[in-house]
Amino acid sequence: MPVFLIRRVLTMVLTALCLTFVVFYLTNLPPNLEKLAKSEASSRMSDADVESWIERNGYGRPVLVRYGEWLGITPGWTRTEDGVTTGRCIERGQDPATAPLRCGILQGDWGFSTVFKQPVSLIIAERLGATGVLMLWVMIVMVPASLLIGVLSGMREGSRLDRGLSIFSIASTATPEYVSGVVLIALFASTSTGLSPWLAEQGWISGKTLFMGTATSALDSGITFWNFGLPVMTIALYGIGYIARMTRASMTEVMTAQYIRTARLKGVSFGNVVMKHALRNALIAPFTVIMLQFPWLLNGVVIVETLFNYKGFGWTLVQAAGNNDIELLLACSVVAVFVVLMTQLISDIGYVFLNPRIRVS
Amino acid sequence: MTATTDWDPSKPILEIENLSISFFTRLREIPAVMDFSCTVMPGEAMGLVGESGCGKSTVALAVMRYLGKNGRITGGSIRFKGRDLTTMDDEALRLIRGSEIAMIYQEPMASLNPAMRIGAQLAEVPMIHEGIGREASWNLARQIVADVRLPDPDRILKAYPHQLSGGQQQRIVIAMALMSKPALLILDEPTTALDVTVEAGIVDLVKDLGRKYGTSILFISHNLGLILDVCDRLCVMYSGEAVETGAVAQVFDRMRHPYTQALFRSIPLPGADKNTHPLVSIPGNFPLPHERPPGCNFGPRCTYFQAGRCDAQKVPMVPLAGGGRHETRCLRSAEIDWDKPPVAAKAVARTPVGEVVLKMTDLRKYYEVSGGLFGGSLKKVVKANETLSFEAREGETLAIVGESGCGKSTFAKVLMGLETATSGKIMLFDQDIQDIPIEKRGTDTVSSVQMVFQNPFDTLNPSMTVGRQIIRALEIFGQGASDAERHDRMLELLDLVKLPRAFADRMPRQLSGGQKQRVGIARAFAGGARIVVADEPVSALDVSVQAAVTDLLMEIQRKNRTTLLFISHDLSIVRYLSDRVMVMYLGHVVEMGTTDQVFSPPYHPYTEALLSAVPIADTRVKKKRIVLEGDIPSAMNPPPGCPFQTRCRWKSQVPGNLCDTMMPPIRVLAGDHQIKCHLSDAVLAGMEPVIRIAAQ
Ligand SMILES: Nc1ncnc2c1ncn2[C@@H]1O[C@H](COP(=O)(O)OP(=O)(O)O)[C@@H](O)[C@H]1O
Ligand code: SF4
Ligand code: SF4
Ligand SMILES: [Mg+2]
Repeated sequence: MPVFLIRRVLTMVLTALCLTFVVFYLTNLPPNLEKLAKSEASSRMSDADVESWIERNGYGRPVLVRYGEWLGITPGWTRTEDGVTTGRCIERGQDPATAPLRCGILQGDWGFSTVFKQPVSLIIAERLGATGVLMLWVMIVMVPASLLIGVLSGMREGSRLDRGLSIFSIASTATPEYVSGVVLIALFASTSTGLSPWLAEQGWISGKTLFMGTATSALDSGITFWNFGLPVMTIALYGIGYIARMTRASMTEVMTAQYIRTARLKGVSFGNVVMKHALRNALIAPFTVIMLQFPWLLNGVVIVETLFNYKGFGWTLVQAAGNNDIELLLACSVVAVFVVLMTQLISDIGYVFLNPRIRVS
Repeated sequence: MTATTDWDPSKPILEIENLSISFFTRLREIPAVMDFSCTVMPGEAMGLVGESGCGKSTVALAVMRYLGKNGRITGGSIRFKGRDLTTMDDEALRLIRGSEIAMIYQEPMASLNPAMRIGAQLAEVPMIHEGIGREASWNLARQIVADVRLPDPDRILKAYPHQLSGGQQQRIVIAMALMSKPALLILDEPTTALDVTVEAGIVDLVKDLGRKYGTSILFISHNLGLILDVCDRLCVMYSGEAVETGAVAQVFDRMRHPYTQALFRSIPLPGADKNTHPLVSIPGNFPLPHERPPGCNFGPRCTYFQAGRCDAQKVPMVPLAGGGRHETRCLRSAEIDWDKPPVAAKAVARTPVGEVVLKMTDLRKYYEVSGGLFGGSLKKVVKANETLSFEAREGETLAIVGESGCGKSTFAKVLMGLETATSGKIMLFDQDIQDIPIEKRGTDTVSSVQMVFQNPFDTLNPSMTVGRQIIRALEIFGQGASDAERHDRMLELLDLVKLPRAFADRMPRQLSGGQKQRVGIARAFAGGARIVVADEPVSALDVSVQAAVTDLLMEIQRKNRTTLLFISHDLSIVRYLSDRVMVMYLGHVVEMGTTDQVFSPPYHPYTEALLSAVPIADTRVKKKRIVLEGDIPSAMNPPPGCPFQTRCRWKSQVPGNLCDTMMPPIRVLAGDHQIKCHLSDAVLAGMEPVIRIAAQ
């Protein structure tokens, strides 16, 4: 097991390096740097001024060297002009002698966001926390619901229950978040359309709408069913359908396995066959899928956070990309890569745990 | 637990009467079993024998009332202890299943839950049926595991199925069936997936336990020898019907149905010989359930068929005059002269052997394997073949026998060039080929060494017509100058393997197993192969088809003077067709000699055990019972000294601890008979034959 872990972690680090380099390269292409110069200094700079700004701020050197600086493995650049020494690692007004030699993500220095005017590490930590809360609720809703649907429809293939649930799950995976989000808002969070006006008329809800169409308040005044219901549902719906389909496929296959016949012919009741014999075997495949869903959820998070104006990680990513905030964008990609690779690692370990056949003896 | 109140133990425990079962598919109703009757008395072992697809498993599953979604009992009754199972509701069935009737299946691995510990799977049974606690159930499980003669019950109870060998798994399935001492035990081909020596152990176990607990047994098999070993009575099935039923001795020695007779004539019994007493195969094919002929189902293949009589109406099952509940489903049973020997298939002269065409010297093949998924750096060496030396001559049949994992298939792969040898020499027609992989071999070499595989189903391309596949082979071997020429050659090959020329346009799925194997043979001979390696070519086929395919191979061999390397675990067929035999164990050749030398003493101790394990369907044969304890050691971790020392019963006859410490040398006895064993000449000379045929 330790060998396996070490090997996996090494591959992870290598993958992360490659991917961040690609992002680094793309965000640091000359047009981007030019835009950065214009937004940081003055938008009416001449080409020569841009050139010299780029040079003065350390963006002019080879990409590989700067990537090293960003990582924190090569010393940050310094530059002495008119007796004043500036440098990557020298804060404004700091004595160059006391400044550290290297400052990159390895030293915990993630840079400074040009949009939010805050250290990137602070922003990421805060926004990631917000998204974490959203994801947690998505998981709490999605996993049990989808497994339940999958197991129920898979245990008696072709039954009426199976057909009904299958239609639901196909429909829900076939609908992307930006469609389901809008539909849900129209249905539950509009004062003029959908259910809310009718419910309000009946006097069954106190507010104007059943749910709120924005989740901004969740961050300031706490999560409620009211402000969080729709974003969570929007993301979960998509995943529910997908995972339920996987679980169903896996469950129907398990139910035709010979060891299920053995169990039935031992006199185990149908309920116990499902619970004790089929479930664990049937969950092996969906478990991997759930874990691989995380990266997918990130995708949904971007859409849903933007749609519901929830200031989480996805929202930040959109802001960073839209405003050419290089350091923030880089940090976002590192985090995303890390999340994806971590979930893969967890899914591999969990798979081994669930499936005794490949557990090390 | 269940109501056994008004059942009188002198009455049958299981009574099946006029049972009919159909499967309903989108296209049609498939009548899988028709008008089937049989009776099992308490403590009796009843055999159910027949070719695959004749409905044996369907009957067994009907008794368990587990026919799947599309199967239905369309008529008749199944009475268990006097109660009709066909009308019982789910809850009542659940109480009977596993407690009063238990079932054991063909595939032990597939019938155990891979994600549950053995102990939990066993303990479940008494917890359901006797309502006893977890602790007590586990104790009971431990006891039964010891009962099925598994070592170290505590470790086994905590293990997962995949950690056990096939034989151990089957013992666990048996243990599971015995957990609540059922009155009836159904075994559906319980040993088909196992090696003969393991099979012998399991069969012994079943018989002993049946006797110990007084359990009635319904034993399903296609192997008549096993039925003879295990059962008191048997029922022969053909195409969904019982055709003959009676006590084992009656049916084996005084069979009264042409199908039973044909079945016995198509299996190689001691005394059969490819040259002087060839097997008689049953002509034609098994009818599909929805294509059964009018009248007698066996009619189209029956040598005693009488038009106008046999095909006039359904033939009923009738009791025979001799009594003893011996019944047959044949109109002419009283008219046929049952003792008349078969119309002798022409005896042929023995093919003289020619030059040496293949010579292997000290061939070794080691595989390096990494230690599983996670222990990447730990390389282990599997010694699949150790110092193999032999010669094969033109026109000769050399059989290679041994249990699974002994290195038979590795040897074939090295010869074919699918793997290269680790060391040693292979001389093929005066050419060294040990280091030349198949891609680098000339077309000549490739086409002259060909292979026939065990599973004809896997080796044919399912989306290409039979003719096309043979033509492809001809193209690869560079045969024929033009397409027309190759097409003609293809038709000739179909003639050679006795398939109608019309089959050229058929798809593989339209062929039966035996027909597919014929196509495989045609392909192997497409390039004029001079050496053919047949890896278990008939073991996936039914007995009646086996004979035909074997005979075909022999005939082509005779015609082309091909060298046949016949890999098999079935000693009956090996004795029937081979000139020389090579016995392998854990990568070593432990014995080699002519067929007569190997099949009569002195034996290598392993050969002796192997011979004793083979079930023989002949009541005159008396066998010495030698049951090998334990499993074959892993080739990754072979024992020191003699490879067979962990299971050898002769070990004590060797002075000192020679067997534990020193690899025995190859001893050459009279007539170039080689044995790899430390036993002294005197002990070897004193060995008794394992098989004796009692004088009639
Ligand atoms: N679920 C099924 N659906 C349709 N046909 C089936 C089904 N199970 C078995 N059969 C058919 O019933 C016949 C008897 O099969 P089976 O009892 O398995 O034979 P055996 O055990 O003797 O090999 C075969 O022709 C087979 O194709
Ligand atoms: S009834 Fe006729 S065809 Fe059928 S087995 Fe008897 S002799 Fe043969
Ligand atoms: S060498 Fe010893 S252990 Fe090996 S087969 Fe001969 S007697 Fe048995
Ligand atoms: Mg069967």
